[in-house]
Amino acid sequence: MFLQLIISGLSYGSLYALIALAMVIIYKTSEVPNFGQGEMAMISTFVAYMLLVSYEHSFALSFLGALFFAAALGAFLEFVFLRRAKEPNILSLILITLGFQMMLYGLASWKWGAEQRDLPFPVSDFDTVSLGPAVLSYLNAATLLITLVLMFLLFLFFRYTKVGIAMKATQQNAMAARINGIRTKRILSITWGMSSVIGAVAGMLLAPIATLDPSLMLDPLLKGFASAVLGGMTTLVGAALGGYMLGIIENLFGGYVSLEFKSVVAFGIIVLVLCFRPSGLFARHYVRKV
Amino acid sequence: MDMKRNYYEDIQLLDSKVLWFWFMMLIAFLIVFPFLIPKLTGSSYYIYMANYMAIHVIVTLGLNILVGYTGQISLGHAGFFALGSYFTVLFMTHLNFPFLLALVLAAFIAAFFGFILGLPALRLEGPYLAIATLGFGMAITQVIGRWQIFGGRMGLEPPPLDLFKPFGSYILETDAQKYFLIVSIAFLMVMAARNLMKTKVGRAFIAIRDSDIAAETMGVNLVYYKTLAFAVSAFYAGVAGGLFAFLLGFINPSTFNFILSIYFLAFVIVGGLGSIFGSIMGGIVMTWLMLTLDKIQELPHIGTALVSFSKGWMSLTGLPNVASIVFGLIIVLIVVFEPLGLYGFWIRTKIYWKTWPF
Repeated sequence: MFLQLIISGLSYGSLYALIALAMVIIYKTSEVPNFGQGEMAMISTFVAYMLLVSYEHSFALSFLGALFFAAALGAFLEFVFLRRAKEPNILSLILITLGFQMMLYGLASWKWGAEQRDLPFPVSDFDTVSLGPAVLSYLNAATLLITLVLMFLLFLFFRYTKVGIAMKATQQNAMAARINGIRTKRILSITWGMSSVIGAVAGMLLAPIATLDPSLMLDPLLKGFASAVLGGMTTLVGAALGGYMLGIIENLFGGYVSLEFKSVVAFGIIVLVLCFRPSGLFARHYVRKV
Repeated sequence: MDMKRNYYEDIQLLDSKVLWFWFMMLIAFLIVFPFLIPKLTGSSYYIYMANYMAIHVIVTLGLNILVGYTGQISLGHAGFFALGSYFTVLFMTHLNFPFLLALVLAAFIAAFFGFILGLPALRLEGPYLAIATLGFGMAITQVIGRWQIFGGRMGLEPPPLDLFKPFGSYILETDAQKYFLIVSIAFLMVMAARNLMKTKVGRAFIAIRDSDIAAETMGVNLVYYKTLAFAVSAFYAGVAGGLFAFLLGFINPSTFNFILSIYFLAFVIVGGLGSIFGSIMGGIVMTWLMLTLDKIQELPHIGTALVSFSKGWMSLTGLPNVASIVFGLIIVLIVVFEPLGLYGFWIRTKIYWKTWPF
């Protein structure tokens, strides 16, 4: 029982970790929590669905196409709207991302209606592999694996590529990065595109478990925020760990305390962490200068 | 002319005879409106719309006190709205309270929750506060949807709107009857908010918005005033929620979702941050837009074009969601091009005509 809860918690946690990562990447460069993240992922998942079911392309082609769409969407939103804001303060940035959220939600509901669909997936949710006393469905195993691979790729990206290093420089000090010849605005667009891709992967892995409709990501978005807050909004590793921790805590709560109130756990965690360690478990505490 | 020479001139409601005249005209218009409308249009739809507007004006005012005047962020106001709604109905059905008492008690419960939410807000700012309030709003609807006393997913049906229940009976049934109750409450709330902002409390809120550290140095008690701002704001949302239950005649958890919180925020932004007049304009204009876009396929020209476009490219059932797209676009455009909203537009127009040839 315990092991089973931990393992399925890890599988859900990896989805939360992906969403949290997508959020943290944007937060570190733009300094705004992206409330449109969930809807960006949702609409990319719908694009995958459309390519697969309506146009009957192969799995590989549709999923890749959806990822390209996600990258373009993220960069487009940043370029067209966010960059236009004059002297943005934090409230107006948050409002712009909320505007994205509503636009994308409305667009998806208009295009695909509120009916629930199933996203076909090459890996089955019903065949299982047993690990000692616990069982794990192929889909959950694939989720775990894909997440780990993606995180490894991210690590390589930030460590060894020019763009990754430029991104880190922009996050640390945008002014200094500009002086050193980095086009920080372009880096910002790339960041949004990348974050959107990571979110889209989470959406496509989530859709086969849940049902695909425009409110697919409303709840996972809150979980992603909770994970990011738990681990620290300013560290990538922390956010990922926070995601896994949230998945496990939530599953244990559902297994031993109350299944009904499982989805309130994330909120409890947000409040507790924000009350006692506002900058998260794995991030250094920051001191604001007046 | 615009110069204020002492405090009493500053708190004066209307400072000239002309303004008094227009103020009286406004009140007369508000009284005559429900008698006029059925004669002109033959239906009470616009009275229903006016009720809706009045309720949204109350919420917008409350949220503006928090966001525009105190500089805090709340993405969970649908939660307070829901609390006011549910507790008003519960007090009336289970404890047999008269309506006004139930409404005020429910609003105080909402205010208490606002106070609770204000506590973590003392240590949080900007994005973190946004996330915490977002979580709060979502948690409220989750909990309400699972507890039997709140009617679970099925929701609740409010009892007849009886004003003096234990001592007599006067049931408000038609939209026009409810209009007088709702609009007079909205009127009182507007006056209260306007006066509150002219007192020590309002000035403390504004000081906190401009810089909380500077405010604290000047002797503003941050703990007291920040939680007070949340409580007042939640009180307004609670009152509006209580009225909303009777306007709609049916409440369930999915009414009070995250999207509703963003709608409220959109009202504030469109009206203008930190302005009472702006809140009124925002509530009225956006409610009109919301109700019109809900029936977008019935609009002349645009409606038919959109229907044929939906048949070809989109889904017809999802057409009302165009409202969501328009609202999102309005939020983004207002933030980018006119950060002061309708109020800023109004001020600029006024100044332009005052100084016209120059």
